[in-house]
Formats: sequence, structure tokens, C-alpha cells
Amino acid sequence: MTIHRPQTLAEAVAVAAEHPGAHLLAGGTDTMVEINFSKFKPEEVIALRQIAELHSVTIGVDAVRIGSGLPYKAMESGELARLFPALAQAARTVGSPQIRATGTLGGNLGTCSPAGDGLPVLAALDAMVHLVARDGERSVPVSEFMVGVKKNARQPGEIITAVTLPRTQGFQGYSKVGVRNAMVISVASACLVHDRGTASVRLALGAVGPTIIRCRDAEAWLAGQMNLSGELTNRDVTDDIATEFSRRASSEAKPISDHRSTADYRRHAVGVLASRLLRRAAS
Amino acid sequence: MTTNETYSLTVNDERRGVRDSWIGESLLYVLRERLGLMGSKGACEQGECGSCTVLMDGEAVCACLVLSASAVDCDIRTIEGVSPLGIPSDVQQAFVEEGAVQCGFCTPGLVVAVHHLLEHSPDPSPLAVKEALSGNICRCTGYGRIFAAVEKVVEIRKANGVSR
Repeated sequence: MTIHRPQTLAEAVAVAAEHPGAHLLAGGTDTMVEINFSKFKPEEVIALRQIAELHSVTIGVDAVRIGSGLPYKAMESGELARLFPALAQAARTVGSPQIRATGTLGGNLGTCSPAGDGLPVLAALDAMVHLVARDGERSVPVSEFMVGVKKNARQPGEIITAVTLPRTQGFQGYSKVGVRNAMVISVASACLVHDRGTASVRLALGAVGPTIIRCRDAEAWLAGQMNLSGELTNRDVTDDIATEFSRRASSEAKPISDHRSTADYRRHAVGVLASRLLRRAAS
Repeated sequence: MTTNETYSLTVNDERRGVRDSWIGESLLYVLRERLGLMGSKGACEQGECGSCTVLMDGEAVCACLVLSASAVDCDIRTIEGVSPLGIPSDVQQAFVEEGAVQCGFCTPGLVVAVHHLLEHSPDPSPLAVKEALSGNICRCTGYGRIFAAVEKVVEIRKANGVSR
């Protein structure tokens, strides 16, 4: 096994081009568990920890670009948390303070587990994923980047450099069900974003399918029920609306039963999360 | 760098060579088995228990989740480095006095986590203390005495007007 520790993105791109099969190591919180339990023996590792460019945040008028190597800890408070409350809420539910000090969005995207806490937020915000390789850069909508259980659209030799999150106007919320408050892998999670600018409510579900699920049916149905270009109130989101939104979200989930929960419970739980978030958006 | 090459880590202000290691080894394994620093404990090996908590560039992290060979440029501080040998830090002393130690297995990780917390937040709210220690599992004490120890350190530091 060989390790490479590039100090700059340019070095990392060159190394990744020479060793396209190398494992890219971000915070290590997924990879090291696999290695510790002898489930994974990488031949070649490129450690991205030292690359300052991957930790940068650029706040623009319409969108914010977050480097793939920024730890979750940096999203829990401050300007990023003010701009993207759902991202801050999701970041606070990732593992423990120790995990949040090293875990990154780039790592979440690289692992592409349906239970990754950052991913429903990226999906609900219609984030773009930026990649770079020796022969150039490309950007992929996050919904196309995540292709299956722990499978993504990254090509050998490509490095995930950043995500761009369009700024939104209105409520954002992230909710998660697990067996305890701290240090828990999601049994079911949901992110809801109301954007007055695009007159839309977007709902993304985590841990209830092979990858993050955007509830396009529930979203379109809701848009047909009310005007989403203004503030939502309790008069818009009635009990009947919340119940139907919940039912539609549940039916769009594709959960499985595993050691963490049953498919039935997950389907029920995401419905509850969906209606709860919608009510919060209207209060 | 390949399997049999040597690399060095900066641990508790000392450069320490790591020889004949497999590059997939975790920082926890290297600290304990190669460098003889047995203070950091290994239990879950998956970042769930916090008993291997060390400071890496000033951040509290799980040593079991750090690829050791990726940490060559980092400043690592372990429980052995929080105070000179034989002289307990104020946090360690408060743990003793408040009975915050029962079996003791989680204690090194908790002590490092408490030092980290109070470094950044000298007068944390009870909720902030719980949040900061949520990554450190103790199966003996029920946490009450651990929180009491943290409170004690805060009071003593306030009274002495010192920040550490």
C-alpha cells in the first residue's frame, strides 16, 4: 500500500491521473472503519487533508461554493449556518464532535451512503457537484451524481472539489430519526426547503432508498395547492394538506428492512418528518 | 511512500519515527503499538466511543479514524501530553476529586475532550458541556460526576483567572 499526500489541488490532480485506481481519503471517518474491520485493504491512497483549496468557502450573491474538504464543524454555526439552516441542522447531527471535526461533504458524496446526513440537504437545494481531473473540470447536479447505494458518478482520476448551493429565500429544515440524539446513523431523514424565489417546496429523503430520494410528486402536488412565492402560513398548510403531503412523501420512499429498522417503520417515519417540516415551514 | 518506509509524526511536541508499519494502520494503533503511548484507549474502532480521543492540530478527533500516515504534517497531542508525567492537569485532578472515574477506560478520552472544550469555551453552558462530550461514552458513571468535574474546573479557573 502506498500513500500520497498532495499539498495542492494541482498536485492531487496529477497524482490521481497517474493512479486512477487510488482511494481518495477525505476525513477518514468512513474509510478507516472499513480498514479497521478488514473489509477494505486499499492498495493506494491519496490523502486530501492538507489541500487548503478544498477547505475554501465562497459566498456569492446567488450561490455559495463550499470546498469538499470543509469539515462539518464549520457548517454548524456562523455565516454558512445563517444562509443554510438545513445544512447546519444536518451538520449538527453528524456523528459526534470528533466526527464533525474531520468529516466532510466531499466524503459524504464520495461514500454516497443513502444515510449520509449532508446528502438530503444537497438534494433539496439542487446543489451542483464540481469535479476536476487532468483533462478538465465538470459539474454534475447532485441528483445525477448519486447513482445508487454507495455508488456515484465520479470517474477514476476525478477529485470532488466543491459543491455549489443556490441561495434560497424561505424556510429550510432537516430532521432525522435515530435511536438516540448523539452519534447515530440515520434510520430515516428528510430535508425540506421552501424557496419563494423559485416558488417551490423541495423535499429530499435520506436512508429510505438506494440513494437520496427527491419527492417530485409531493412537491408538484403541493405547488398545485397553494402559492409558494410568498410566506407560508397555517392557513395554507391545513391538516388535510399536511396529511396528504405526508402520504405522498411516504409513498415515494423505497425503504428496506435492515439491522437499523424495518421498511414499514421507515416509510411511516419519513411521512411524519415530511409533514412536520412542512408545518414548521408554515409557522 | 510505500509499506516499509519510515515516516514521522509530531506527538506531544516530539518527532517520533514510525518504522516497519503497514500504511493502513490507524493513528490509535500507531500511538499504542508502535510508539508505546498506551493512554489513548481502543474500544469500538469506529468512532462511536471516543475513548481514543486525541487533539490533532488542536481539534478533538478519534485517533481510530485517522490514517496514521496521513497525519505526518499534524500536531498531535495525546492524554500523555496534557500535563507533565506525574502531575495531573486541573481536569484530571477534578475528575479524581469529583469521583468522575470508575473503571477508568473512558477517562483519557474524556479528559482530552474536556481540555479541548474549555480551551475554546471557558465557561460553557450545561448543554454545551453535554454536546461537547456527546462523543465520549462512559458506561459506569452516568455522567453526573463527569459534568460535576467539568463544572469544578470552570470554577477553579475562574477563581484563579487562568485560561488553562
